[in-house]
Amino acid sequence: MQLTINGKPETLEVSTVLDVLKTKDIDPQLVAVELNTQMVEQEQLGTTSIKDGDRLEFLFFMGGGV
Amino acid sequence: MSFTEDQITRYSRHILLPEIGGKGQKKLSQAKVFIVGAGGLGCPVAYYLAAAGIGTIGLIDSDVVDFSNLQRQILHHTPDVGRSKVLSAKEKILALNPDVQVNMHEERLTSRNARDLVRQYDIIIDGVDNFPAKFLINDACFMENKPLVHGGILRFEGRAFTIIPNQSACYRCIFKNPPPAGVVPTCQEAGIIGVVAGIIGTIQATEAIKLILNIGTPLTNRILDFDARTTAFREIRVKRNPSCALCGPNPSLTELIDYEQEACQLQPSATTLTNG
Ligand SMILES: [Zn+2]
Repeated sequence: MQLTINGKPETLEVSTVLDVLKTKDIDPQLVAVELNTQMVEQEQLGTTSIKDGDRLEFLFFMGGGV
Repeated sequence: MSFTEDQITRYSRHILLPEIGGKGQKKLSQAKVFIVGAGGLGCPVAYYLAAAGIGTIGLIDSDVVDFSNLQRQILHHTPDVGRSKVLSAKEKILALNPDVQVNMHEERLTSRNARDLVRQYDIIIDGVDNFPAKFLINDACFMENKPLVHGGILRFEGRAFTIIPNQSACYRCIFKNPPPAGVVPTCQEAGIIGVVAGIIGTIQATEAIKLILNIGTPLTNRILDFDARTTAFREIRVKRNPSCALCGPNPSLTELIDYEQEACQLQPSATTLTNG
């Protein structure tokens, strides 16, 4: 299916948000996920299903300053 | 207070702007901004706010200047190596603009002092390098109802985000808790291109000035990510999270927390992901 991930179109065959993270080798603990502008709770990553046309934003921690 | 002739000349380019004028410049001279961290972000923020004629700048940092800081921490000069960062920063600020009242806090921000310090200022700037402090600042600003301008930098990337308590999404609306200890490399390991600190820091300073003068639209409910490799900004729309433990309708967080771990960044970075 066609998804938009961090603003870029991607074709992935997945059924849940967690599948997307697994496909991309991202540790779910280390990212905040927004699905169609709604934050997805950590515990619901595996039960939140993905459909064609969905928009996902992955927000990683960004530290720094010093 | 009225401006001297020298001050009118100094701030003339501000005063010329209809959105600022003499009235706005006076507002700036009465504003109090608290900058947490006198490092990569704190330096450009403090320098531009001092130049802009902010009345009071509070600086908190317990570190001394190291040679490795000079690549980006522009208020610290080579002879400052080994000296207190807040003292070094104060000297440069006053050399630029003696009108500024600089409050030095040579200590770490902790759960014990955070609220008392934040309370003394109008706007808070996050210029710290670790997640425990970022969460502490977010929480203290919410509890004291103070606007916060968040900033983060890493490698070639940076992020800015403004938080107005009870009105816009807070840091915890997006990131519930600091990342787990041990999975996060240190700042020294990760590296940072110095100019990104300047880019994000000047955005933070811009946000502070806009908030003081009530100009335009603040960077609220939008996370602004910058990537120097592509010279591209990306804006991620966010909103208040009803399950936020701090600012949600059923908060479970009512006291400040000192997290143990020190952390600077996480992998993979957003661009590692998007650029494959
Ligand atoms: Zn919140």
